Amino acid sequence: MVLRLSGLSVTRRNRPVLHGVSLSLNPGEFVGLIGPNGAGKSSLMETALGLIPCTGTSSLATMPPAQRARHAAYLPQSRDIAWPVSVEDLVALGRIPWPGGGRGGLDRIAIDAAIARMGLEPYRKRTAQRLSGGEQNRALIARALAQDTPLLIADEPIAGLDPAQQLACLRLFRELAAEGRTVLASIHDLGLAARFCSRLVLLAEGHVLADGSVDAVLRDDLLARAFGITVRRVDTPDGPAILPV
Amino acid sequence: MAAAVMIAAALPAGAAPQRVVSMNLCSDQLAMMLAAPGQLISVSGLAQDPRLSPMADRAAAYVPNSGRAEEIFLMRPDLVIAGTYTPPATVAMLRGLGIRVEAPPPAESLAQIRAEIIRMGDLLGRQDAARALLARFDADLAAVRRPAPRGRAALYYANGYTSGPDTLAGAILDAAGYANVASDHGIAATAPLPMELLVMSQPDQLITGAKWPGRSQAEAILDHPALAAALPGMARVTDRTWICGIPFVIDAIRSLE
Amino acid sequence: MRWLSVALPPLVAALTLASLLTGPAGLGMSESLHALAWGGDGPLPIVMRDIRLPRAILGAVVGAGLGLAGAALQGYLRNPLAEPGLIGISGMAALGAVIAIQTGLSLATPLALPLTALAGAAAGVGLLAALAGPRGGSVTLILAGVAISALAGAGTALVLNLSPNPYAANEIVFWLMGSLADRSLLHVWLALPPMVLGAALILPTRRALDALTLGEAAAQSLGVSAVALRWRLIAGIALTVGPATAVAGAIGFVGLVVPHVLRPWVGARPSALLPASALGGAVLLLAADIAVRLIVPERDLKLGVLTAIVGAPLFLRLIWKTRSGGRV
Repeated sequence: MVLRLSGLSVTRRNRPVLHGVSLSLNPGEFVGLIGPNGAGKSSLMETALGLIPCTGTSSLATMPPAQRARHAAYLPQSRDIAWPVSVEDLVALGRIPWPGGGRGGLDRIAIDAAIARMGLEPYRKRTAQRLSGGEQNRALIARALAQDTPLLIADEPIAGLDPAQQLACLRLFRELAAEGRTVLASIHDLGLAARFCSRLVLLAEGHVLADGSVDAVLRDDLLARAFGITVRRVDTPDGPAILPV
Repeated sequence: MAAAVMIAAALPAGAAPQRVVSMNLCSDQLAMMLAAPGQLISVSGLAQDPRLSPMADRAAAYVPNSGRAEEIFLMRPDLVIAGTYTPPATVAMLRGLGIRVEAPPPAESLAQIRAEIIRMGDLLGRQDAARALLARFDADLAAVRRPAPRGRAALYYANGYTSGPDTLAGAILDAAGYANVASDHGIAATAPLPMELLVMSQPDQLITGAKWPGRSQAEAILDHPALAAALPGMARVTDRTWICGIPFVIDAIRSLE
Repeated sequence: MRWLSVALPPLVAALTLASLLTGPAGLGMSESLHALAWGGDGPLPIVMRDIRLPRAILGAVVGAGLGLAGAALQGYLRNPLAEPGLIGISGMAALGAVIAIQTGLSLATPLALPLTALAGAAAGVGLLAALAGPRGGSVTLILAGVAISALAGAGTALVLNLSPNPYAANEIVFWLMGSLADRSLLHVWLALPPMVLGAALILPTRRALDALTLGEAAAQSLGVSAVALRWRLIAGIALTVGPATAVAGAIGFVGLVVPHVLRPWVGARPSALLPASALGGAVLLLAADIAVRLIVPERDLKLGVLTAIVGAPLFLRLIWKTRSGGRV
């Protein structure tokens, strides 16, 4: 098991955001976290990582920080880069938890592999802040890949990307899962989530409303309860298309 | 100076002021030395401060003033003795109220001290007392004056200031027979002297300013280890007799013996 | 980066030497260095060892401390506008120092001076970290800094005005602008040890500050403990800025100018910027202190005047650039 959450409850500013969430992630899964705005998706990820205090347990939060950082990489929703560092230096930040700290031979290999995988070779020496949004996003994902962890937690990784970049990102996550890693990503586009994720978790008002296969989660009654919408499903050769109506 | 004497001489004879208020530390003391009983009705509050005034005990017998036009006007004086550094607005207001205000300059040399004694005698109509005081001053001065060169001395005050020969402190040094180090650096009046120049001058005698209560960075310079290293056990401290150009400078000269 | 680490240390050494050889006495170079190293009779060794040496050492040490603290603060707050002097940390340190001096505490035990100053600096940097941590924007930071500066300045003026000493009130300018004139070796011994300790606390945070490039949450996910980092930096910055201010007054803009100038040379990585800024700060302050002695030799021109003339236009330019949400 890569991540086990049991009975997580979180209160922020006297307002409960998570109620007794339990969840287990296994190797090779690409888990899509879906739910309306304010359902607690970001809080769930941050709590799982041990970044905010909670009741209940997360198998990650109990690890020492350095060990946790070698177990799970995190792509926060904010893509803000504070300083004009080069793409290479940005990706190297992913090696901070490892013994070489970014300078060792293993670090070089991991950094080069991450840069190559994200197609960033031409941008290696360029200042990350000056790249386009899509390129910046790829550099940030490369940073998480360089961290070389069994688990990747990504908060809305495809928000703000053009369709090609969205597809590239989700394909990458599916590949990572196929390699035996685990990806947990919050996704708003139900259609894309249905096409790429191996499993969905539907969160509403701090509760897990449903957890399982795409078909088991994207049920009309559940979606109506969570989002207050109905959807029309059209099966296409490339997978189900889901239209909110 | 000559002009001041002429003004004093031009005053109608027998018109000696009867209610005199002094609002300047230095004129306070000269006036106390020369005034007839009851003639001087108020001196500045500073004159009662024993840190500043050698005559603090005597000043305690007078009503103190804090130099504001209103309180001085209410004392109904017929002569106010201010100083060069009295705020001009205060002087103008008192004059506007029809009060005679005199502002003698501070004495910065022994000759000026003598002239100021005479001037104060004229202002108060006490020429005889002034002549007697002057005679005493001349006799005391002759007794303490040391014309023979006794070495080189440096004055050193807060913020690294020193006084040259054209100042009262410089005159005191000269009368005590010391050459003034400030002259070596072209300082005639009061100006800052970098500490390393002071140390390089190797004075035989260092005379530092007195410290005020409380603490300041400005005065901390007087505790700098370089001064102690350059002039071990040599420092003397100026006191209240160094402040005003009045006969008390005799005590200051004597303190340098 | 290589270029800097080769160029900066010799530059610091050369400027330290130049500082030792600058002064109104116009002493010969070989005789003054001989007197400095070997002593001897007469006033020359006193001038070199008791007057010029403390000034040169403090120029290098205070400059290095301010440069390092500036770079660390900017890295932690993720903001190029952060500077110990501008946002009131130096001002709070000055308030602490003034209180120690005016209550006579520093007379009873000289160590009280750096200690109260670092307590003041710690209060200032702690307040700032609470108000504008890594998540706080420029506006929060600058407003918090303005408030803390104003409070510290008013407190300092109040304490000095209440002093029975007539000179004390005029010293506000020293505490606001800073000066290295006529400092003694005692000041070096009071400031140096805590500043070294502060640097020892700050330097190991280099990788954590690198991680903060990606934001606080990402840094935490990289194994950075936010709480430990915050306390370490508060302590480290207080230990460097506090004693530096206690002996030299509040010298502004060093911690702003130096990291800004050096950032492009180190690839903008905070980890490389920290040691470079320490060296660069020493260079800037030594140069400024030599300049104040050459420009108006007979007056004690305050160091902060010079650093502000260089730094304030740069600060305005930075505000201009960050105004529209752009990054440096």
